[in-house]
Parts: sequence; structure tokens; C-alpha cells
Amino acid sequence: MVKKLNIGIVGFGCYIPKFRIRTEDIAVANNQNVDLIKGALLINEKTVPNKDEDSISIAVEACKNALLRAKIASSRIKAIYMGSESHPYAVKASSAIVGEVLGVGNDFTAADVEFACKAGTAAIQMIAGQVEAEMIDYGLAIGSDTSQGAPGDALEYSAAAGGAAFIIGKNKVGKEESAANILYTLSRTTDTPDFWRRNNQQYPTHMGRFTGEEAYFKHIVSTSQAMLNETGLKIEDFDHVIFHQPNGKFPLKAAKVLGVTNEQLKYGIVVHDIGNTYSGSSLLGLVNVLENALPNQKILLTSYGSGSGSDCFVIETTNLITEKQKIGKNLLNYMQNKQYVNYNQYRQMVKMIH
Amino acid sequence: MHRQSPILRWRKFPERYRLEGNRCNRCGIVYFPKKELCECSCKEFSSFQLSGKGKILTYTEIKSSPEEFSEMTPYCVGIIELAEGPKITGQITDATVDELKVGDDVEQVFRKFLAVGDSGVIHYGVKFKKIE
Repeated sequence: MVKKLNIGIVGFGCYIPKFRIRTEDIAVANNQNVDLIKGALLINEKTVPNKDEDSISIAVEACKNALLRAKIASSRIKAIYMGSESHPYAVKASSAIVGEVLGVGNDFTAADVEFACKAGTAAIQMIAGQVEAEMIDYGLAIGSDTSQGAPGDALEYSAAAGGAAFIIGKNKVGKEESAANILYTLSRTTDTPDFWRRNNQQYPTHMGRFTGEEAYFKHIVSTSQAMLNETGLKIEDFDHVIFHQPNGKFPLKAAKVLGVTNEQLKYGIVVHDIGNTYSGSSLLGLVNVLENALPNQKILLTSYGSGSGSDCFVIETTNLITEKQKIGKNLLNYMQNKQYVNYNQYRQMVKMIH
Repeated sequence: MHRQSPILRWRKFPERYRLEGNRCNRCGIVYFPKKELCECSCKEFSSFQLSGKGKILTYTEIKSSPEEFSEMTPYCVGIIELAEGPKITGQITDATVDELKVGDDVEQVFRKFLAVGDSGVIHYGVKFKKIE
């Protein structure tokens, strides 16, 4: 039986770059059929990081928004875990740089996390454990990526940039400060060769159709089902459902298998106009849900990371959600403030990003 | 090469990462970068984190840059008058020179400055972005 937790999301925030490239511009540059690509991926456009943006700069901006909503001094954060598959350094912690920028001080633990697209949710679980055990009062979990996709590869249409950050604290009676409580979390992990990137390789390798049934769907569906079985909850008990979203089609298909309605997915799918932000993908969906949810609503979040595994969370919003929604920049602000670049500009912009 | 030294920059992390200046304990003037002697002759200061919000006083476009910034060209730099008073020079990112004008409101963003070759340290710091 999965243990019920007594922790909550005190602050949450996100960041996506300003620049976008339309799917048709990538398709035309690669001599591919625009309608076929758009129909297969259900992605209209994706974010493009500027030349001076990377997973650390994106994480910092997301964390600033999370800190504003948390209304705590940054020095109260005692752990930072940053999930990414595009950490700018192979050896030098992104999480330590983020802590320095935020002015956390020096009395905190930090580590970088990697598990393909679920590194951010793994970071949340690591923070959740420390907070639940009362080792720390507050911890910061981040999922941030400037994703890679080789020119002409299917990934080029989806690999985008963005990130989300969550400050997690213990729930205390009479001192309520969480926008949403994390009630349960569980995971499933297998050794599945669906997608990887070797050392010193600029772009990942993937196994095409194998990334579907035996990888994404198997893990998303079975982990979500395991959570329902363990908690006794039914899928209709949830007001919002979020899955990892490598493209627009996969989460819709997983939803159909699990009996999730379009209404439940309304705020949780953000990939159509952002792209796949890898470690930030399902977490940007969670931020969008938190920025639009009503008090006392239940959220099911299931991430997926190639290689492979899924982390599943049951989250319930509190009465404080409405107040926290009014603070800082939200995902919709970032989505509306956009500027398109052409394919040549896009290639120049992503060339120097790891 | 001297200016790229990781150690030199490390000493300035509070300024470059968080816009940390100082404020005179007697007359309240805010300085960025930090000073040790105020124009009122006071030597007592408190550290002060600037908001990062300000206005563009003037700006230009750099097309021919120092070699270490060449991959970023063209880029804009400007003199920003911060809300607390200090005027500082900084890069203005996410905009071309045609999209800027004197008086535009800007806010700080944290960005990559430069990466020293393929194996050197990556320098980060505060830049400015037009508020839209």
C-alpha cells in the first residue's frame, strides 16, 4: 500500500523562451510533407532557446517565479535537485549554480538528476522524501531542458526548451502554506532501450516506433493503473490529468486507454504550442494545471523517462491555490509573448546550445 | 584571457548573479557596484539587492565583438538606469536593435555570457530584457 504523504507544493513556477518555430517551417526545410508531420505529431510550433539560454538560465527564471509564490526567503531552501538531460556541464552541478543565483546561501544539499524526460519528477520525489522525513523544511525541485533533436530527425519537430520549478514543504496544522498537497507518489522502472544519448554525442538516438507501445504507453498506463489500484481512487475522481507529452498524440492515446476525458486533459496538455521540453514536459503541464485549478481539485500526474520509467503523483489543490495563482508570471504569459524565427535563425540559435 | 578567469568572476558572483550592491547607512544612496566610501564621506554600508528593473538610457548594437562573444553577435548593449538609481552597462537580450528605444522599461534576466572554448568554464550573469 502506497504511503499517504503530508507534504505540499508551497511555490511553483515555469519559464519558456520567447522564440518559436512553426512545424511547417521545419518540414519545408527538410523536404517533408507538412500535413503528414502535423497530423502525426499534433505540434503546431515549439520553443527555441536564444543563443544565451541553456537549462541553467531557464531553471533560474522558473525558480524565481516559484520563490515569489512560495513567499519564503531563498535561504530557507535546504535542498536543490535539478533534473535535466541537457546539463551544460558533464561535471559541475547545475543545481549549485542555481542555488548561488537565488541567494540560497551555502547550507544546502544539491545534486543534478538525469533520467531522460522524467528527471524533474524524480527530483520532486527526492525532495519529497527529505521533507516528509523532516530532514529539511523546504526543498526545490527543478525540471529544465534545452532538448536536442538531429536535423531532419522526427525529434527535430518536438525537441524544445523550457522548465518548471517546485518548492516543497511539510504541511503543518495552523500554518497552511501549500497551494497543493502531494498525497501519494509511486514509480515503475525497467531497462528499456528506446532512447539514449551517449557521452559526447550532440543528439540522442531513438528506436522509432519502439518508443511507443513497449516504452511510453506501457509505463504511463501501468504506473497510472498501479496508483489507482494502490490508492483505491478511480480515474473519474480526478479533475485534471497530466501525462508526459513527447508529442501531441501520445498523451491523447494514453488518456483513451485509461478512460481520461478531454475535460480532464484541458490544462494538462501544453505540448501543441510549446513542444517537448523533456524534463520540463509533464511539469509544465502541472504548472499550467496549478495556474488554472480551483481549490480542492485532484490531479493525477504521470511522467515518463526513456530508459525507462514513470513517476506518478496524486496531488490535491488547497484553498490557497487561488491566491498563489495571482502571483508572478504564468505559463500563459510566456506562451503569448512570442516571436517567430525562420529555420536558418533557428539552426543558428540552437547550434551553440548543448 | 584575464577577464575570462573563472576565479576573477567567482569573486563577483554576488554582483553578476544577483545584482548585489550596497547602500550607505547614513544617506541611503545605493551603489552598484559596491563602494567603500560614500559621497557623504560615510564608510558604513549594508549589502543591498537591486530589483533589476529599470529604463534604457541609451543603447547600441555590437556587430563586431571581442572574439569570445562572436557567437552571440549581433547583440545589443545599453546603459540601464535602475529603479534604485545606479546606472549600469549591460547586454539587452531577446531583442534586435530595431525593437529598442530610449526609455523602454527593462527587467533583469539570468543568461549565459560566454563559454570559454569547448572545455573552459561557462560564464553566466545578469542581462536585461524589455518588459512586454
